[in-house]
Amino acid sequence: MNLILELFFTFLKIGLFSIGGGYATLPLIQQQAVVVHPWLTLQEFTDIITLSQMTPGPLAVNTSTFVGMRLAGMAGAIAATGGCVLCGILISLGLQRFFRRNGDQKAVLHLLETLKSASVGLIAASAATIVLIALFGVSSWKQPLQFNGTALILFALSLAAIVKGKLGPVPLLILSALAGCFLYL
Amino acid sequence: MKSWKTGIWLFGVNLYISTFTFGGGYIVIPMIRKIFVQQKQLFTESELLEMAAIAQSSPGAIAVNLSVLAGRRTLGLAGALISAVGAVLPSFIILALISSCYDAFRTQPVINACLKGMEAGVAALIVQLVYEMSAAILKQKQTLHSLILPVTFFCGFILEIPAMTLLLFWAGLSLVLSFLDYRRARA
Repeated sequence: MNLILELFFTFLKIGLFSIGGGYATLPLIQQQAVVVHPWLTLQEFTDIITLSQMTPGPLAVNTSTFVGMRLAGMAGAIAATGGCVLCGILISLGLQRFFRRNGDQKAVLHLLETLKSASVGLIAASAATIVLIALFGVSSWKQPLQFNGTALILFALSLAAIVKGKLGPVPLLILSALAGCFLYL
Repeated sequence: MKSWKTGIWLFGVNLYISTFTFGGGYIVIPMIRKIFVQQKQLFTESELLEMAAIAQSSPGAIAVNLSVLAGRRTLGLAGALISAVGAVLPSFIILALISSCYDAFRTQPVINACLKGMEAGVAALIVQLVYEMSAAILKQKQTLHSLILPVTFFCGFILEIPAMTLLLFWAGLSLVLSFLDYRRARA
C-alpha cells in the first residue's frame, strides 16, 4: 500500500512540473524512477520509453502506466497514471474557466491570444523535431543527419494525401503503417 | 443530443482517439478537430485553438488535457471526467494485452515496420496542423502575436530553450504590456 501511495505522489509531482508536451515528462520520470527512487534501472526505463512510443496513447500516459505496472501491478499503474494526469487536468479546467469568465477583460484576452501564438510556436518546434526523427534519424539539429529517402517519399505522399486527398488522421495512420510494412520489411 | 447518449458517445470517441494516438500527443488535435469541430460542430476551430493553448500551457500530457477540455465543453464536468477516463483507458488495455510478451512484441519486425511507416505519417499530420494553426494566427495580422510564432519556434527548436521557460516569458510579457496599456489609458 505504501508503494502505491508513493507512486501516486511521485507521479503527481512529475505531472505538476512537466509543462510543454509529452516529451517534457520523460526527464522528470527518469529522475524520479531511476535516480531518486530505486525503482528502475536505466535500461529498464529506456525499454519502457521505447515501448511507450510503440503503443497507442499519449507518451506521458503510457510511460506512467508502464512504470506503475512494472512496480506494483494494476494498482500501481492506476496510481502512477492518475497522479501524472491529475494536476494537468485540474489546471486545464481551471484555466478554461478563468478565460471564459474573464474573457471580456482586455488583459485576459491578450494573455490568451499570446498563449495561443506561443503554443503554436511550441508545437511547430515539436513538429520540426518529429520531422527530424522521421526523415533524418536524429532528434536534434545539432546531431549528424542520416537522411532516409524512403521516409521522405512516405512523408511527401502522406502530406499530399492529407492536403489534396482530404484523408483523415486515422485512415492516414493505418495506410502509413501498411506502407511501412510494405517498404521496410 | 440527450445526456446519456452524449456521455456514451463521448466515452467511445475518447477511446477511439486515444487508441490512434501514435507519435506523441499532438495528433489528437487534428482528430479532435475532425470529430468535434467538423463533424459534430460542438465548438469552433477558434475555440479549439484556445483549448489547445490552455492544454499546452498546463502541466502534464497535452493529449489528455485537450480531451478533457473538449469533454467539458461537450457535457460539462461529467464530460470532463468521461473524457479523462476514456483517454487513459486504452493504455491500460494494451498494456494488459501485451504484458506477458513485452520483449517478443518489441522486437517483432512487423511492429517496427508499421511504426517506421507511421512515423512519416505522423510527421506529415503535424506539419499540416502547424501550417493551418499558423495561418489562422497570422491572418489576424496582430504584429506581436505574429512575431511570437517564429520567435518561439526558433527559441524552442534551434536554441532548445525549454517550453515552460518560453511560456512563462510570453505570459509575463503579455501582463507587462497590458499593465503599461492600463497605465497609459488612465493618464
